[in-house]
Amino acid sequence: MKPAAFEYHAPTTVDEAVALLAEHAPNDGRILAGGQSLVPTMAFRLARPNHLIDINNVADLGKLTVEDGALCIGATVRHAQFHTPACNGVLGHLLTDVVGNIAHYPIRQRGTFCGSVAHSDPASEWCMVAATLDATMVAQSASGERLIPAAEFFETVMTTNLNEDELLREVRIPMLSDDTVYGFQEFNRRAGDFAISMTLVTYRLESGKITDPHIGVGGAEDRPRRIAEAEAALAGQTPGDEAFRAAADAAAAAIDPMEDHATNAQYRRDLTATLVRRALENAAS
Amino acid sequence: MSDKKDITLTVNGRDHNVAVDPRWTLADVIRDHCGQTGTHLGCEHGICGACTVLVDDTPVRSCLMFGVQADGKKIRTVEGLANGDEYHPLQKAFMENHALQCGYCTPGFLMLATGILEAQPDISDDDLNEVLSSNLCRCTGYANIIKAVRAARDEMKAAS
Repeated sequence: MKPAAFEYHAPTTVDEAVALLAEHAPNDGRILAGGQSLVPTMAFRLARPNHLIDINNVADLGKLTVEDGALCIGATVRHAQFHTPACNGVLGHLLTDVVGNIAHYPIRQRGTFCGSVAHSDPASEWCMVAATLDATMVAQSASGERLIPAAEFFETVMTTNLNEDELLREVRIPMLSDDTVYGFQEFNRRAGDFAISMTLVTYRLESGKITDPHIGVGGAEDRPRRIAEAEAALAGQTPGDEAFRAAADAAAAAIDPMEDHATNAQYRRDLTATLVRRALENAAS
Repeated sequence: MSDKKDITLTVNGRDHNVAVDPRWTLADVIRDHCGQTGTHLGCEHGICGACTVLVDDTPVRSCLMFGVQADGKKIRTVEGLANGDEYHPLQKAFMENHALQCGYCTPGFLMLATGILEAQPDISDDDLNEVLSSNLCRCTGYANIIKAVRAARDEMKAAS
């Protein structure tokens, strides 16, 4: 239960960090941010990185500001910074409602938003938020910057579009209009445990009809994503039990659920239908 | 590879200069190199919370942070809670409410509770339950731990 030996680097600038990453990534060099997922896997010796590049001393990565209509979340912003609204309007409240579901209070003091997104556990709340709200990932390497849309970022379990020499420098989430309503639902068996399924839904109303619906599902499949079939079932409908059940059933039918020793595919489908319906009811209330 | 790094950390008000191997966790540094063995290691992978300490007054799992990352940080452990012979209100409340049995998880619960009550002296019962759900105890069944922390919260508020 003790991590294997590694070489430790503590850069103080982004340039220095990505130069170290370019140098050491081919020899299993990794970024260390909050460490709340990486260090346990090192304790189990599932991960044995030869180099850790600790970005906690890079002051530029702590930014949490609204720029050009998006909340920009730097690589060292902790989960706990969302315990109170990180920005004005609907998005700030949405993130505050979600954050309490992430692990536990002491974990949230160290773990980072971007670290969670880069780690890309299917049960990560922030990954689902990023996918549902069409976030943009800012990947930085020694050779430059690359913007990656959420729909292309999450590939499968703990696998993203990031290259080994790229640091996830920032995640940008588009701000939500004041008339956006949202609902979030997660199910697990113990407080702070991994989601068996979870969902985030948002929509607006125009002349009483649902417009611009976003329905994201996480925890159920190998990656979080928007469910187009469920969104199509909801668009143009009047909010209510009939529309919500149709969208929930469409989501359950569209997903390709993971299975494990305790949870078969049908269970995750049923659970997802229930969660999507409840999240839509929350949004409407 | 893994050359030692010289760091200085403050544990319960006392500076310690330690040459750390980067792979040593903060818990190992506190216990083996600062001699403060009150911090207990249970699972060593961030699940049980027994190793919770305050780093710059914030409760963190000391098994999920490397000692080298604590350079220049202020660490508080269970040894720093009492004021001389006078127990901290949380320690008294744990005794009075039978909130410990074997005692292995107790330092972690005490530091978790200290951190949250200092940050949010008016924390609600529900929010306190959510915070305390972070740590595991296999003896008490939690009811008495919750009772003790609520009692300490009320006493600390009345005293302030």
